[in-house]
Amino acid sequence: MASVQVSLPLPVLPEGWSGERDFKAIGPLSHATDRNIEPVGPHFLAHARRKRHKRTFSEDDRIQAQVNVKKVEDDDAGEISELEDPLMLQREAKDWKGQDHYAVLGISKYRYKATEDQIKRAHRKKVLKHHPDKKAAAGEAQDDQFFKCIQKATEVLLDPVRRRQFDSVDEGADVEPPTKKETQKGNFYKLWGKVFESEGRFSKVQPVPKLGNEKSTKEEVEHFYNFWYNFDSWRTFEYLDEDVPDDNENRDQKRHVERKNQNARRKKKTEDTARLRKLVDDALALDERIKKFRQAEHAQKNKRRLEKEAEQKRLAEEAAKQKELEAQAKAQKEAAEKADRADAKKAKEAAKNAAKKNKRVVRAAVKEANYFHSGGDAPPSQIDQALNDVDHIITKIDNEELADLTSKLSGKKNAGEITQIFKDEVQRLVGAGKLKEGEAKSLS
Amino acid sequence: MSGENDPAQRVAIGISFGNSYSSIAFTTGEGKAEVIANEDGDRQIPSILSYVEGEELHGGQAKSQLVRNAKNTVAYFRDFLGQAFKSIDPTPCHQSAHPVQAASNVAFKIRDTAEEAENTVTVSEITTRHLKRLRNSASDYLGKDVNAAVITVPTNFSDAQKSALNKAAKEAGIEVLQFISEPVAAVLAYDARPEAKVADKIIVVADLGGTRSDVAVIASRGGIYTVLSTVHDYEVSGFKLDQVLMDHFAKEFIKKHKAGGDPRENDRSLAKLKLECEAVKKALSIGTSANFSVESLANGLDFTATINRSRYELLASKHFAAFARLVTHAVEKAQLDPLDISEIILAGGNSHTPKTASAIQNAFPETTTILAPSTSPTAINPNELSVRGAAIQASLIQEFELEDIDQSTHPMVTVTPHLSHAVGVLCISGDESSGIFHAIVDAETSLPVRRTAIIATPREGGNVLIKLCEGSRHIKVTKPEPKPKQERDSDDDDDDYDSEDEEEELREKTWKVGKVLSEAALRGVKKGAKIEVQINIAADLKVNCIFREVGGKGGVRGLLSGPKVQQNGSA
Repeated sequence: MASVQVSLPLPVLPEGWSGERDFKAIGPLSHATDRNIEPVGPHFLAHARRKRHKRTFSEDDRIQAQVNVKKVEDDDAGEISELEDPLMLQREAKDWKGQDHYAVLGISKYRYKATEDQIKRAHRKKVLKHHPDKKAAAGEAQDDQFFKCIQKATEVLLDPVRRRQFDSVDEGADVEPPTKKETQKGNFYKLWGKVFESEGRFSKVQPVPKLGNEKSTKEEVEHFYNFWYNFDSWRTFEYLDEDVPDDNENRDQKRHVERKNQNARRKKKTEDTARLRKLVDDALALDERIKKFRQAEHAQKNKRRLEKEAEQKRLAEEAAKQKELEAQAKAQKEAAEKADRADAKKAKEAAKNAAKKNKRVVRAAVKEANYFHSGGDAPPSQIDQALNDVDHIITKIDNEELADLTSKLSGKKNAGEITQIFKDEVQRLVGAGKLKEGEAKSLS
Repeated sequence: MSGENDPAQRVAIGISFGNSYSSIAFTTGEGKAEVIANEDGDRQIPSILSYVEGEELHGGQAKSQLVRNAKNTVAYFRDFLGQAFKSIDPTPCHQSAHPVQAASNVAFKIRDTAEEAENTVTVSEITTRHLKRLRNSASDYLGKDVNAAVITVPTNFSDAQKSALNKAAKEAGIEVLQFISEPVAAVLAYDARPEAKVADKIIVVADLGGTRSDVAVIASRGGIYTVLSTVHDYEVSGFKLDQVLMDHFAKEFIKKHKAGGDPRENDRSLAKLKLECEAVKKALSIGTSANFSVESLANGLDFTATINRSRYELLASKHFAAFARLVTHAVEKAQLDPLDISEIILAGGNSHTPKTASAIQNAFPETTTILAPSTSPTAINPNELSVRGAAIQASLIQEFELEDIDQSTHPMVTVTPHLSHAVGVLCISGDESSGIFHAIVDAETSLPVRRTAIIATPREGGNVLIKLCEGSRHIKVTKPEPKPKQERDSDDDDDDYDSEDEEEELREKTWKVGKVLSEAALRGVKKGAKIEVQINIAADLKVNCIFREVGGKGGVRGLLSGPKVQQNGSA
C-alpha cells in the first residue's frame, strides 16, 4: 500500500542525545487483541500465503516474483527440450509419409493434444535451428533434406483434415492393452485407464467418460461401458492409401488404385471397429466391478425373495391365530348369554310369583278391612267398588311398591289401620300423579 | 462429472442469495465484475418460485403470481434454511405459501405438479430449485456450464445454515467455493474498482433489505478486513416503507370510494396493493413523484393516484430515523465514535431512496463519505454490491483446490492478533507532552504488518530525532463559546473539519500520546530531505524498524521484542 505521508517536520535531535548505533529501544508494544479477519480479497490471499508458508513480507514478495517469472520460461523451454534422434535427421524428404511428424517438430510428448500455437512455435524453433542457409553459412554440406521434413510435418499438422488423417494412424499415441496376466496383478484401473484414454481421442463425443476406480458407482460403470460399446469414431485410414498415379495416360490404372484404396480403407475401418470391440470385451471380462455389482444384485434379489416368503408365513400365522381367538371369544360370549337368559327367566318368575302373592295379600287386606265399609256388612256395591279400586291401585303401582304396601299391610287386622294404609297409598299415588283425584272413590 | 472438483474446469460465479432478491455475477477477463441478467432481463431476480399446473415460474414471473396464485408461490425462504420450525419467523410469508413443519425442518405445502394433490416440499429443496434456475441463467449467459460459486450470506448465518445451503447448492450442481459475508463482499466490490486505493479506514456497511437490515462495522487495513461489530434488525426493513405507502393508498382509496371497502382486508387486493406500492417506492427513488395505478383494486374498482417524494418522506420519516439509529448503534457497539468512520456503504434495495442516505448523513460528521446512489455519482448500484464482491472473490479463488481454500479460511489463518493502539511518530517536538502524534499504523490492524511513512524534516536539515510511540484516539468535545474561536489549538492535521451547527458542541478527533517505544537519531540530514520510516510488526509484537533518508545511504535499524529490549546494529 502507499506509504503514509507526514508533512509535519520531525524534531531536531536534542543536544547530548546518544544511543548505541543511534537507536534506543525504550518499551515494548501493548498487548494485542485476537480478532477474526475476513477471508476475502486479494490482500487476504497474500496474508494466508504468508501465514501458511511462514514467510515474511519480503520473502513472499521475492517468491511470488520468482514464481511469476518461471512460468514464462517453462512455456518456452517445454517444446525444445526433446532430443533429436540422429537417425531422424538422416531422413529423406520424399519419405515424408513414413515420418513421425510430431517427433520431427520435437513435440512427440504432446501428439494429438498439441495445440496449433504449440505446433507453430515448435516449427519456428526447428526452422531457426535447421535452416539450410544457416548450415551453409556454418560451412556444412548443402543438405536441406531435414528442413524439408520439417516443412512437410508443419504442412500436415497445421491442416486440420490432414492432421486428423495422420492422428488416425499415429502409432506413437497408441497404448498397447495390457495382457490378462498383467491385469491380474492388480493395477487394472491404471493400466486400462491409459488404454481407454488413448482410444478416447478418436471419439466424436467429447469428453469421454473415465474408467474410474473400484469406488465408482454402478451407474458410472454402466455409462462407461455403454459409451464404449456405442463408440462413435472419426478414425480414417486415408493416410495409408497407396499413391494414386496422376499421369493422365492410364485412366483404368488410376481407377483401379482408387478402388483398391477405398476397399483397403473400409477393411481397415472394420478391423479397427472389431479390434476396439474386443478390447472393450476384454476389459469388461477383467473388470472386478462388474462381478461385484452382479453379486450385489443377486444378493439383493435373494434377500427380497426371502423377505417376501417370511412375510407371507408370518401373515398366515397371524391370520390363524386371529381366527382361533375369535372362535374362543364367540364361544365364551354365547355361554355367558345363555346363563344370563336363564337367570333373567328365574328372576322374572320369582317376581311374578311374589307379585301374585302380594296381590293376594292386598286383596285379602281389603276383605279384612271390611271393604272399607264402616260398620256392619258391606253392601255388594261397596264391595264391588272397593275391589275395583284396589285392583286399579295394583295396576298403577309397580312390583316394588306393591311389595312395600304388602309389608305395611301384613299383620294388620284392624280395619281402620288397613283403610288408613290404603288411603295413604292413594294419597301418595295422587301426589305422584299416577292416580287422578276422584278415582278410587271408595278410598277417598 | 469429472470436472466437478478439477479447478481447471471450474466456471465460477458469484451469487448473492437474499430473502427478497437474488443476483448472479461473473468476472470478465479484465477482472471487472458484471451482473448477469436472467431470461426476463432482470438483474435483481426475486427469490420466488411459483407453480402453475406443474409449470415452475421463477423470479419476476413468479412474483406476479403472488396476486393470483399465492398458495402455490414460495417467497422469502432464505432465512428458513437450516433452521428448526420453532425458530423461524413466518411473517414475511403471510402473503405467499405458509411454512409448515416437516420432521425437524421447514417445508411448504404446494401443488408443484400437474396433479391436484399438494406436496410437501422442504425449504432446502426449494433452495435447490432456485439455485438451479440461477445457475441455468448464468450458464445460458456465459455459454459455459457453471459449476462453482461463491455465495454471500449474512454475518449471523450459523454453521448449520451454511451447511444446509452448501448441501442445497451441491444438489443444484454448484460447488460452493466459499461463503463470504455480505458486508465484506460489499467492501470488496468497492475496493476492487481500478481507481480504488488501498488505505486504512473504518467502513460501515448498512444493508437495508426487504425483510431485514444488517449493519456491520469493518476495519479495512491495507486491504485486510476485520469485522468490529454487527447489528441485525428484522423490524427496520424495506417492508415497513412499503407498508407506509400501502396504508396511505388504502386510506386514499377508502376516501374516494366509500363502497369499495378496505383493500387491505382482501387477500388479493392486498397483494395487488403491495406489488404496486413496491413499484411506487422504487419510482420515488428516481423521480420526485410517482403514479399509483391498480386495475380492480377492490370490488372491481380501479384506483389511480399520485404521490410526491416529500409526502412519502414525511410519512416514512419514522423509519428513516430508525435506519440512522441502527447505523449509530452499530458504531457504538464497536466502541467507536462517528468521527472514526471514514465511509458508509449503503447496500440493499432501500439504499436507492435518497432520504435514507440523507438521514444517515445527518447522523454523521461531514468527514464521513456516504456511498449511495443519491450522494455519490460513482456509487455502485447498492443491489449489486454483494454479488459483485462474490464474483471477484470467485475469480480470485477459482483455480485453488477446495482443500486449499478450506485451509486458508481455517481459524489458524484467520485469527490474528490486532494492534490495540496505534503506532506512530512524534512530530515537531520530541517531548511526549507537546509533541504531535502522527499514526503510521492504526489501531485494529491485523498483525503481522508492514508500513512505510515519509516524514518531513526541519527546514534547515541537520540531526533529527525519531520517536516511535503508541497513541490512542481521543474525542475532544468543546462547548461553543459565545463567539466561536476560529483558531483552536488543533492537535492533528487531518481533523480540520469545522462544524456548522453552532448550537451543538464541537467534537473532534485528537490523539493522546501513550507509551514511548523507541528513539532513533539520523544525523546530517540534507536540507529539505525526507525521512522514510518502515515499521514491521510481527505477530508476536516484535517490531522491526528502519529509518533512512530518502535517496540517502545507510540508515538506522532497530528491533524491539516483547518485554525484553534488543538492539541490532545499523546497516
